[in-house]
Amino acid sequence: MIIDGSEGSLKKFLSDLPPVDQVGAEARAAMLSTRSIKTTSKAWAIDMAISMVDLTTLEGADSFGKVKALCAKAVRPDPTDLAVPSVGAICVYNDMVKIARTELDAIGGRDIPVAAVATAFPSGRASRAVKELDTQDAINAGANEIDMVIDRGAFLSGRLGEVFEEIKIIKKLCGDKAHLKVILETGELVTYDNVRKASYLAMLAGADFIKTSTGKVAPAATAPVVLVMLEAVRDYFALTGNKIGVKPAGGIRTTKDAIKQLVLVNETAGPDWLNPSLFRIGASALLNDLLMQRMKLRTGHYASANYVTMD
Amino acid sequence: MSRIDVNKTYKLFIGGAFPRSESGRVYEIKGANKKFIANPSLASRKDLRDAVVAAKAAQPGWANATAFNRGQILYRIAEIMEGRSQQFVDEICALEGVTNKVAKSQVEAAIDTWVWYSGWCDKLSSVSGSLNQVSGPFYNFTTPEPLGVVAIFAENKPSLLGVVRTLAPVLAGGNSAVLIASENYPLPAITLSEALATSDVPGGVVNILTGKSAELAPWVGSHMEIDGVDVAGLSKKQEEELKLVGADNLKRIFRFNPENHLERILSFMEQKTVWHPIGI
Amino acid sequence: MSGFEYANAPESKAIANIASSYGLFINGKFVEPKKGKSFNTINPATEELLSKIAYADKLDIDLAVKSARAAFTKVWSKMPANERGKYLYRIARIMQERAREFAVVETLDNGKPIRESRDTDIPLAAAHFFYHAGWADKLEYAGVGSKPKPVGVVGQIIPWNFPLLMLAWKIAPALAAGNTVVLKPAETTPLTALLFAQVCQQAGLPDGVVNIVTGDGITGAALVNHPDINKIAFTGSTEVGKAIARSISATKKSATLELGGKAANLVFDDAAIDEAVEGIVNGIFFNQGHVCCAGSRLLLQENIADEVLEKLKKRMSLIRVGDPMDKNTDLGAINSKEQLNRIHEISNTGDSEGANRWSPECKLPSKGFWYPPTIFTGVSQSHRIAREEIFGPVLSVLTFRTPAEGIEKANNTMYGLSAGIWSDKGSKVLWAAKQLKAGVIWSNTFNKFDPASPFGGYKESGWGREGGRHGLASYLTSDAKAAK
Repeated sequence: MIIDGSEGSLKKFLSDLPPVDQVGAEARAAMLSTRSIKTTSKAWAIDMAISMVDLTTLEGADSFGKVKALCAKAVRPDPTDLAVPSVGAICVYNDMVKIARTELDAIGGRDIPVAAVATAFPSGRASRAVKELDTQDAINAGANEIDMVIDRGAFLSGRLGEVFEEIKIIKKLCGDKAHLKVILETGELVTYDNVRKASYLAMLAGADFIKTSTGKVAPAATAPVVLVMLEAVRDYFALTGNKIGVKPAGGIRTTKDAIKQLVLVNETAGPDWLNPSLFRIGASALLNDLLMQRMKLRTGHYASANYVTMD
Repeated sequence: MSRIDVNKTYKLFIGGAFPRSESGRVYEIKGANKKFIANPSLASRKDLRDAVVAAKAAQPGWANATAFNRGQILYRIAEIMEGRSQQFVDEICALEGVTNKVAKSQVEAAIDTWVWYSGWCDKLSSVSGSLNQVSGPFYNFTTPEPLGVVAIFAENKPSLLGVVRTLAPVLAGGNSAVLIASENYPLPAITLSEALATSDVPGGVVNILTGKSAELAPWVGSHMEIDGVDVAGLSKKQEEELKLVGADNLKRIFRFNPENHLERILSFMEQKTVWHPIGI
Repeated sequence: MSGFEYANAPESKAIANIASSYGLFINGKFVEPKKGKSFNTINPATEELLSKIAYADKLDIDLAVKSARAAFTKVWSKMPANERGKYLYRIARIMQERAREFAVVETLDNGKPIRESRDTDIPLAAAHFFYHAGWADKLEYAGVGSKPKPVGVVGQIIPWNFPLLMLAWKIAPALAAGNTVVLKPAETTPLTALLFAQVCQQAGLPDGVVNIVTGDGITGAALVNHPDINKIAFTGSTEVGKAIARSISATKKSATLELGGKAANLVFDDAAIDEAVEGIVNGIFFNQGHVCCAGSRLLLQENIADEVLEKLKKRMSLIRVGDPMDKNTDLGAINSKEQLNRIHEISNTGDSEGANRWSPECKLPSKGFWYPPTIFTGVSQSHRIAREEIFGPVLSVLTFRTPAEGIEKANNTMYGLSAGIWSDKGSKVLWAAKQLKAGVIWSNTFNKFDPASPFGGYKESGWGREGGRHGLASYLTSDAKAAK
């Protein structure tokens, strides 16, 4: 075992990790974003990105109608072109899980997982008991994936053992019913060193996926943050033989943004991570931009928003 | 019948936009020939307050841009002014009653002043900073840093050069500016704002007010968010009063000779010295 | 396996209007060489002919120097300093406007990836003119006395590795300080210099202030030996640099020389490892390793050597070698057959002297001059590949146990141009910087250049500095040195 479960050994392991140089990491991410992805590779990337989208609605105003419409979009993103792949998952608040699952099953989306945000998303400020109940509710309602948030207050004040424990407990509740994504909320962690440490902490505690953000705090999934997380899963795999997934969420609005993410994956963790079981993109508006770019490649001219559906 | 001109409205320049005075006041400017030219805004203390808010918000971004970037922008101002030379010449002739030749040489001097200061932006720490040979295993360096928000009372005349000569060094040093134009010859300052607004100068880095320096000077003196002041356009008495009040937050207050000088940049900068041990 | 193969992403050549032939640029015009000789310049990635270039011999050099002298005496030295500066600003702005054209021509003539010409070479070259334009009327602050004067007519010889950038490093400060120049570009890369001559014309630069004379080593020697040159500025091999120093020993000519290097890149065990790996790759594979300040000796602290090497090899297998005009290419063509032969010759001693060679698998094009990114491990100080400048994408890897040993190995060379330090500990970085005998020290970064940052070497890496306030000094007469 890398660590023996005690807070002391966890702290030692995390503080022994090599540091991240901010300027160097940002330069590497910037260089990778100059990759020019055209023609056949662009078409491949667009379809791959569509299949990786966790189509998301996490608003106070969410209603059954809104969620049902999202499900329809998830299954058939472009009703005029059935060759377009369906998305990677639907992501909703836990009281919308049942309606989402039912709707997806009814319209041919049985293969599309429903991810529920949990543990007092987005702030994570609630008691342990409330967070456990929050998670259990979602699982009972049929959630296939749980996107939990870590306790950033605990992390930043050095109570790493608590953060670790919480993830372990939620993972146990997931059992074999749901895979667990752990949201680090990198915008609140601020430094790349913290992102690296939090990534390892989450993976050691049992995360199946590490996720950048709730999408409610900026900055969210910037290229250098995703770079550092991809380096973490790459090195964790070398250390343990386990492949953990990465999900950037928040701020990825255009096809260009999405393709830059795929390039980061390709040249950091490697081609094995280029599939929806190891890489997802949390987004909502992105899907339509992907569809419009897909149309441009097919037809040769710039598309209009009139030709893609609103939800 | 000869064509009727579309006369310009002269407003304030705050936060990259051109608002009227919140007081709704204006005052009359007549040319050297005693004919009416315009009613520029008569800025109030609230306009000053808004200008300082804009300047404060814009200053960190300006200071954190690379020196190269600041130099490029100051040079761009020169490019844009060069293209508008005739407009400035006409304005100066009408206002100051000087000949075309005299006005032209003032405009050229103003443009060349931007170019001169543009070239300083990325050389300041080479010339003014230093690595200091302290006796001990320490790396010790001194480097100039921007002061913050600088208020400027532009020279009363020449009406354009008096603005550029006081404004350019403040910007070159990474500060943002609130400039109060000459009370009697304010118009070129506002025309200059139009050039600034199209020169990639970020909104709020320069703010220009027109009005009565006697009314605004006490508010400048007492404003705790203003870090430095160039009192070129104030009388000796106004300067003394401003210095008295300005002592409350130890404003850096200066009057310079009407010429270009490196010291005009450095006076509105702070020298920071850093120590770091050398050892394994 | 992955379907994410990057499709071809070629930059269009259409923007490059390369003429079928070029004359010499003397006294503001393109003129035929007196003897009518010419030579070819080719694209090293494809071996295709790009253009026929005029060959300047002694007579042409004489004409160029006479033009430069006349321009100096009658026009340039009499012009108010701020007006001189404005010409340099104009040149900088036109270079920015024509940036894409310059980048494409540079890549076609040199073989370096378009991404590098576009993102590094050309922007830096324009920035050099912008920076030095600002110095023209501020020379009393250059630290060379209160009334510094230009040296006069300067002969400048530049290498083929960063053609336009090296031209900017030479011409910008020379002109800012009030000198006029005769510049000889490298034999294999004349095109962007000739394009620059057009920019001088567009900027209205007075005739004779800049003269571009194309040719070979003999042309260069004629320039160096011309009696009416006041100063030589040379960037190139140490061997030629020494020859120049000998040539001028009995003359009153001053010289700055920017010569070879064999820089050590030191990675300590407390380095930010992932960023250090990027720095190592950048240090030796940037510009195909055709960099005088390349980090060609990797000195790894022994306790992290295995970890770093493993990451380095994985990272190297991502390096894309191929068509320099493709926007995704990382490593372009070797500049010439001669250079390729030199790289082979020295690298092969790595094998014969017992070091371990490793390259990732690369598919190299059939035409053109190519070398895969290569590392040698198990290298010791006595190996030729640890002592001699290879000037190609070949890295020699050595280890050290303690900081002192690392410094000792790093300094154990006749060169002293640059060095790299990778450590997250501030005091150690500063300590190492103090100990290293190199003119440019990069800490937690590498191959960073800026017009404001002085560049030049200790020992046999040359004389003097280029860039920054210190770089201006050599283009101005100082009070201290004996009158000429």
